Amino acid sequence: MSGGVDSSTAAGILIRQGYEVIGINMRLPDTGEVSESGCCGVAGIDDARNVAQKLGIPFYALNYEKEFENEVIDYFYREYMNARTPNPCIICNEKIKFRSLLKKAKGLGADYIATGHYARIEYDNSNRRYLLKKGKDIEKDQSYFLFSLSQEQLAHSLFPLGNYTKSRVRELAREFGLKVHNKPASQEICFIPDNDYRRFLTARFITGKFKPGLIVDKNGRILGKHRGIAFYTIGQRKGIGAYKKPFYVISINKEKNTIAIGEEKELYQDTLIAEKVNWIDRKKLNDSIKAKARIRYKHRESDAVISPLSDTKVKVQFNKPQRAITSGQAVVFYDGDTVIGGGWIN
Amino acid sequence: MRRVYLDHNATTPTHPEVVKEMLPYFEEVFGNASSIHLFGQQARKAVDGAREKLAEFIGAKPEEIVFTSGGTEADNFAIKGIAYANESKGKHIITSSIEHHAVLNTCKYLEKQGFQVTYLPVDEYGFVDPGDMMKAINKETILITIMHANNEVGTIEPISEIGKIAKGKEIIFHTDAVQSLGKIPVDVNELNVDLLSLSAHKIYGPKGIGALYIRKGTRIQPLIHGGHHEKNRRAGTENVPGIAGLGKAIEIVKTSIDKESIYLTDLRNRLCSGISEKIDCVYLNGHSRKRLPNTLNMSFEFVEGESIILNLDMKGVAVASGSACTSGSLEPSHVLKAMGVAPAVAQGSIRFSLGKDNTEEDIDYVLEVLPEIISRLRAMSPLYKRKKE
Repeated sequence: MSGGVDSSTAAGILIRQGYEVIGINMRLPDTGEVSESGCCGVAGIDDARNVAQKLGIPFYALNYEKEFENEVIDYFYREYMNARTPNPCIICNEKIKFRSLLKKAKGLGADYIATGHYARIEYDNSNRRYLLKKGKDIEKDQSYFLFSLSQEQLAHSLFPLGNYTKSRVRELAREFGLKVHNKPASQEICFIPDNDYRRFLTARFITGKFKPGLIVDKNGRILGKHRGIAFYTIGQRKGIGAYKKPFYVISINKEKNTIAIGEEKELYQDTLIAEKVNWIDRKKLNDSIKAKARIRYKHRESDAVISPLSDTKVKVQFNKPQRAITSGQAVVFYDGDTVIGGGWIN
Repeated sequence: MRRVYLDHNATTPTHPEVVKEMLPYFEEVFGNASSIHLFGQQARKAVDGAREKLAEFIGAKPEEIVFTSGGTEADNFAIKGIAYANESKGKHIITSSIEHHAVLNTCKYLEKQGFQVTYLPVDEYGFVDPGDMMKAINKETILITIMHANNEVGTIEPISEIGKIAKGKEIIFHTDAVQSLGKIPVDVNELNVDLLSLSAHKIYGPKGIGALYIRKGTRIQPLIHGGHHEKNRRAGTENVPGIAGLGKAIEIVKTSIDKESIYLTDLRNRLCSGISEKIDCVYLNGHSRKRLPNTLNMSFEFVEGESIILNLDMKGVAVASGSACTSGSLEPSHVLKAMGVAPAVAQGSIRFSLGKDNTEEDIDYVLEVLPEIISRLRAMSPLYKRKKE
């Protein structure tokens, strides 16, 4: 329970459904960042405790500072240093919420952990697998962030908001008498409330680690200088200098410490390789399949052919070129509402 | 569900007699103890009466008692007050590595202000070695502060012996007796201390009131400035109900301490031997005898203390993993660390601190629910499984 409207309402719904509910707040590192909405981090604890009191359930604030630091923030930093664009929410789900916290919950004798994610879990009797499906509120659907969960993790998870729209959730929160019903939505990355990851990196890590280098075009012609590859992502327009035409970051080369820029059309590609693939509706992929693929959270999923390269590696061939396919982001495959699986773009 | 409170080192329930004693000072006897008129005089009488009771109980003179907002303020007052009043003589302070954070963090603050602090090590039981202290003393040393009994493991320090050394070297000696007062004898002369901190809510008194004993002739600088309260040593309108409550708590504990000490020792030993019989891989932290009668700190290998606390809480049993002031941090206890307990073992430590209202049935209930919790948690530990194979 972060203290936000989603996890608070999820708890309320479970109580109404007759579950015995224990509220847990995960205390995350105080990154020295001040969050307006006070969702994650220390500020959220008070709201979460207040909700638990209102709902009349036991409540514990547990300390996950060190684990979050080691598993999520370190990863976040490492990925940028490796010329990749990280997705910390997926890693937090996989390693903190649905691993460490789930283990803790089992230790408390709990059968499930529940979160305020907009997604659904269904058990497929014929296949004997737990299926991950999109939330009913397509605008809020968060199945993308959950693709890496194992069958064991899904078997012990509940997403009580999966069948509700966000506005209905706010209504329910009001019905439950929760003050947080009109609390603003949390920011994209909980530990960077102002969304300025570049400022976060410089504030938090030794500046000397960020080595300035050259900005080049696709033919290697030098066009300018950059502050360090960590500050750039594919498709970025700002911070690369002014040119006659709008230019974008096309690729980042860690070995040469260079950023290649070019025109928008050069951002489009039709294939990608994904690694560390996790399958949800099947054990493995034997043959190529047609599916919709999503290359970042807000990307409009697009038709593609997924072909196995090895047990954990696939090639994704889109029917049409996609803009700014970015290393480090996840690609998630859908069959309608159902998540087939996903992997990490390399 | 049965509810069993075993966290008396964090705080105690206020004794009904204490509450009764306090009530008039919220109602008809509401005067300001510093006022000249009758309303003030009535309040003053309560303050003076409590001061006398407290002074007598610890072998002090009434004018050597300064009321504070609690143990933390008393510690801050003692340490900063002595440091600032004596900095022309030297800037070295000696303390131990197992003090309460009220002492440790005050010392750390003073380090930032240019003082040098020696944090003495302790042995496996948590004892400070007076020999180590001897060696740590130098020409600059102006203050020694060592706790009387440790709040986490209950180990009772050789305060009298340390006090003798301090006296011989003419160094001011402070002890934090917040945890020992009311559980074992506390006498400022027998302990050879110049300053002593105490708190009411650990002895069935109210929260928000404590005191610092300051031996006559000890130069100290006030921490809180304002009016002429407490002989210019602690400004602020006296907390009359709190002070009256503290006085009553002292009066009660004075008559019950001997009997309670025996009762709690028996009860605690019943808990300890019950745990040792029913659960394997458990270790006692602290000394088996030179320990507060009510305190039992045990490490349950292969489990996290936090998980034990939450599980016991859901069974109605309240315990702690060390100091209440540090709960929420996953750092293993600084006390256990200083005692050389391996971090993995220290993480699985639980403090049971008993009180006068606990019964044998309470203890038996804990012995009934705890083994099941430990075995469930251990079933999830790969390390435990490996050990059993």
